[in-house]
Amino acid sequence: MPHSLSTPDVTTPGGLLLVLAVLVPFVGMLAGMVLGGRGARRVALATLVAGLAIAIAIADALVRSGDAVVYLLGGWAPPLGVALRADGLAVVMLLAVAVVIGGIGVYARADFGTPPGVREVRAPLMFWLLLLAVWGSLNLVFVSGDLFTLYVALELLTFAGVPLVSLGGSPETLRSALRYLLYALFGSVLYLLGAVLLYGAYGTLDIVLLAARVHPEPVTWAAAALMTGGLLAKTALFPLHLWLPPAHAGAPAAASAVLSGLVIKGSWFLAVRLWLDVFAGVVTVPSAQTLAALGAAAILVGNIVALRQARLKLLIAYSTVAQIGYLFLMFPLAAGLAAAQLDSAAAVNGGLLQAISHATAKAAMFMAAGLIYTTLGHDRIADLRGVARALPMTLVAFALGGASLIGLPPSGGFLAKWLLVSAAITTAQWWWALVMLVGGLLTSAYVFIVVVRALAPAPEGWTPKASVPRYQEAAVLALALCSFLLGMAVFCPVDVAGIGRAVAPGIGSP
Amino acid sequence: MNAPTLFGLCAAALVGIGLYGLIVNPRPLRKILAFNLVGTGVFLLFGAIARRGAAVGMDGDPVPQALLITGIVVAFSATALAVALVQRLFDEAGSVTLAPDAPAKAPVEPPDA
Repeated sequence: MPHSLSTPDVTTPGGLLLVLAVLVPFVGMLAGMVLGGRGARRVALATLVAGLAIAIAIADALVRSGDAVVYLLGGWAPPLGVALRADGLAVVMLLAVAVVIGGIGVYARADFGTPPGVREVRAPLMFWLLLLAVWGSLNLVFVSGDLFTLYVALELLTFAGVPLVSLGGSPETLRSALRYLLYALFGSVLYLLGAVLLYGAYGTLDIVLLAARVHPEPVTWAAAALMTGGLLAKTALFPLHLWLPPAHAGAPAAASAVLSGLVIKGSWFLAVRLWLDVFAGVVTVPSAQTLAALGAAAILVGNIVALRQARLKLLIAYSTVAQIGYLFLMFPLAAGLAAAQLDSAAAVNGGLLQAISHATAKAAMFMAAGLIYTTLGHDRIADLRGVARALPMTLVAFALGGASLIGLPPSGGFLAKWLLVSAAITTAQWWWALVMLVGGLLTSAYVFIVVVRALAPAPEGWTPKASVPRYQEAAVLALALCSFLLGMAVFCPVDVAGIGRAVAPGIGSP
Repeated sequence: MNAPTLFGLCAAALVGIGLYGLIVNPRPLRKILAFNLVGTGVFLLFGAIARRGAAVGMDGDPVPQALLITGIVVAFSATALAVALVQRLFDEAGSVTLAPDAPAKAPVEPPDA
């Protein structure tokens, strides 16, 4: 029985850092709540720096030891205790999230300040607290080694994400938030049902122990289907995507960036954990094909609907629907490579890179849209004239982010799609390559429409409605550059994502 | 039929009814109630599993019971958040519906539930 994770029974050096990665954002959130007003923003910004340092330290511990970082809570080993475990996949996501949250924090510093003369304003205070809560929950999703802890982490992520949607407080955003919450609750209760069935059948919820015990039988299939279905609702994969565009487009720009770039990656990451680690010996290639078929439908539908949008933020939100589709193309490719006794790391890395490049690019694009909205007073795509004159850096950032979504070299999107397309060709699944190429063409169409409109000269005598601070533009450009230069990861000397994961988890071969 | 099986079947029925309500019912408050029905079904199933797993002479497997309590707390917070959102939506919009352009299409909104 091949299985992909190592099982040390002790806390490894640097294990305590995993606890810190989860605790520090939550401690920051509580401190911010106590201090209130301006204190919350100060605490949040300090926490952003500390969290990034912790993520780097974890990555250092991982690369130095060459194996997964593990922390046993209370010194109890599973199945009695609960383990926190960070393999290469988790550490790469930890780092990426720390960077994106940092960028968003710098950007939001201007939008969510407390005006002078007022002690406390609700929306800014809530934004900073929820930003830290989202971060802590995401870190918990990445490092949890136990399906029930993951359930709690997912719920925390939902509870932090839903109020971000309705920060504005208008009836329309409240409605989007409620719709999002109902979808998410539906998803999490299905996930919990699946976890309960697994416990009933195998008597453990620890990922490593479970991976060694599961074998193909009806109860495992039922649990896998329920959990996957629930996670798809939370990730907003087509056809369960209906809640996403209004929720992501209605929120303030910085909140949209958090929701679109990061929050949906939590449930996606959990789906990857389940399919590659827990159910590696159970899922079949046809089931992975079904998942990717939904992804392909998402790519086509999302991109075509995005092309038809009149408002910039809705266009970006529908583009997220399409990009989620790419995230699910990795499953049949990894399964196909494993079934052919080849190293599936290429497909897994492709999926991971796609997630990171989308997180950075989409956060940058939403924040660029926010700056455009502030400058013009609207975000109608037909009326973007003058943006290039007023916000040159922002438009460059938008174009770079768009280039990463399209997959132009040397962007992260290019490397991700390159890995996925070559995996598709190696495993003779050419249709996924075709979908990716058509998706890239459609993406380029709407990115070019926006950029060309924005490059048009402003009408005579036009002045910007408001000017935006230069550092906001710089934060957006920095995130876009991260995404655009992520393709350089190909020169990384070690395959960080593969650390702590033995080769070829062997999907489809029990 | 022994007791755990009976409870298991009850749990399945609850989950079924709840899922039906969650999908079919258009009203948010009823959706929230339906979500709670599904949740109750899952918790009952977990309880039945705890009883069934107690073959080694103990009264019950303690792990599911510990997880159950956490699950109930999570479901409670979820319900509280959802109800707070519904209440706020009612205060702001004067009606509680999820349809995006509802006020124009359905001006007469009978009170929920």
